[in-house]
Amino acid sequence: MSAQVLQVAEVEALSPLVTRFRFVHPEGEALPLFSGGAHVVVEMPDGAVLRRNAYSLISDPLDGSGYEIAVRRDEAGRGGSRFMHAEVAVGDLLRVGAPVNLFALDLRARRHVLIAGGIGITPFLAQIRQLIRLQLPFELHYAVRSRAEAAAARLLPDLAQVHLHISEEGSRMDLGEILSGQPLGTHVYVCGPEGLVDGVLDTARCLGWPKGALHSEAFLAPPPGEAFEVTLARSGRKIAVGPHQSLLEALEAAEVEVPWLCRGGACGQCETHVTSCSGHIEHHDHWLSDEARASQSAIMPCVSRFRGADLTIDR
Amino acid sequence: MPRTEFSPAIFSRPVYPGLISQGAVPAIMLAEGAGAEALIDLALADASVMDRAHVIYIPARGDSATGARLGQLGAKMYHEAPSYAACLERYRKALADAHMGTWLYLAGSEGLIGQAAAEATAAGLPADAILSEHRGPVTRRMQCVHCKGITEEVATDPFTCAHCGRSLFVRDHFSRRLGAFQGVAIDAETPGIVPEPRSIQR
Ligand code: FES
Repeated sequence: MSAQVLQVAEVEALSPLVTRFRFVHPEGEALPLFSGGAHVVVEMPDGAVLRRNAYSLISDPLDGSGYEIAVRRDEAGRGGSRFMHAEVAVGDLLRVGAPVNLFALDLRARRHVLIAGGIGITPFLAQIRQLIRLQLPFELHYAVRSRAEAAAARLLPDLAQVHLHISEEGSRMDLGEILSGQPLGTHVYVCGPEGLVDGVLDTARCLGWPKGALHSEAFLAPPPGEAFEVTLARSGRKIAVGPHQSLLEALEAAEVEVPWLCRGGACGQCETHVTSCSGHIEHHDHWLSDEARASQSAIMPCVSRFRGADLTIDR
Repeated sequence: MPRTEFSPAIFSRPVYPGLISQGAVPAIMLAEGAGAEALIDLALADASVMDRAHVIYIPARGDSATGARLGQLGAKMYHEAPSYAACLERYRKALADAHMGTWLYLAGSEGLIGQAAAEATAAGLPADAILSEHRGPVTRRMQCVHCKGITEEVATDPFTCAHCGRSLFVRDHFSRRLGAFQGVAIDAETPGIVPEPRSIQR
């Protein structure tokens, strides 16, 4: 994947848990522009392991002078966000991939309703700049538990259609109210924890919204789990996957080439055929069909794990 | 009349998968002639589909019995009109008042479905909120690409444009924007040499 070395230009705490990073070209060259909702994959040389985490771009899509991301520190995660928080400082050089958009605005929509929960606000920060520039009607709902957690609050424009919902202060988001009475041609976008994504999609479906008007991104970081082993059908090699490593990372460390794009179980690029399996695949992706999942005939190495005696994959 | 079936056709020909109840959500239902049977079948399969439905029906000339049956399905609103043109203002108003979550059920000839779907799309209704079932003749609604005139109920290929009189070849190219197929001059390169018209009522 095309990645280039960028320099960290700014590191700023947005909240106790969330930090903003700005990357620029070391020689000041312009970076490729992107569209709202795009992400980049940041490579983190963390001791012996090379981590690659995807982060939504939060800066202006039409500003090539730098890329900005916001990283939430996840203590229970596999270490990528801890690395960003603890190790990365202004002046550091990191490899950053080219922007890829798997959560783009549908510009045929007549109105855009954006619903974010917590750190799920990140793709919308870039999208609303795009919407404002294009003068398209939109409304944004940003739900957080407490005011202290509202990391992005001051990155949001002061507009009447931007709503902050703080559940601790009693201003809970009412999905039924948001989704009722929207004019024809409205599209809904949701990004946040799985519960919120499911809540929005279920509410919309009950109200009769057609599928094509619903867009979601569950920010999926590969979950940690127990260590396991996989056998590669093509070479017969056995690869060990550590508890804080994804199968994809383990394959990469062993120099086995696997295509990828999102590293979050959404794009389908890394889909790998399972040739034999005795045990249980822990599917964490949003890609495979229920049948493929149940038959254990395929696995998404970027997020899914395995528990059992033998897993042989076609790599 | 049963559901109209086509032989497998080329890609740009519309398909009409049939009406499937989306439950008691707001709905606009527009049917013409034999399309009434599709709405009756729909209500038989799920009566609740009529709870919030606004039904507009264009009966075949002289047929008052079918409309009477449709009117008894329990729709929230029921209205009859002698032609599509006559109900267009009502239909447009219904679309203008609709919100996301409203479904559109269309049943009848291909010409009616095409025009009504184009109208709904222009009003912002997403294409995947439109359900359609083709009942009735297999004639086509054709637009002449030369004079832009629409000829209704075309049953042969080639046919004569009702507006400019050219002999037009019936293409399978369907315009969703116009809700019509495209007809092009069949003798543009061999003026006057026009093949025998053959029936397209397959
Ligand atoms: S890399 Fe996108 S699904 Fe695995």
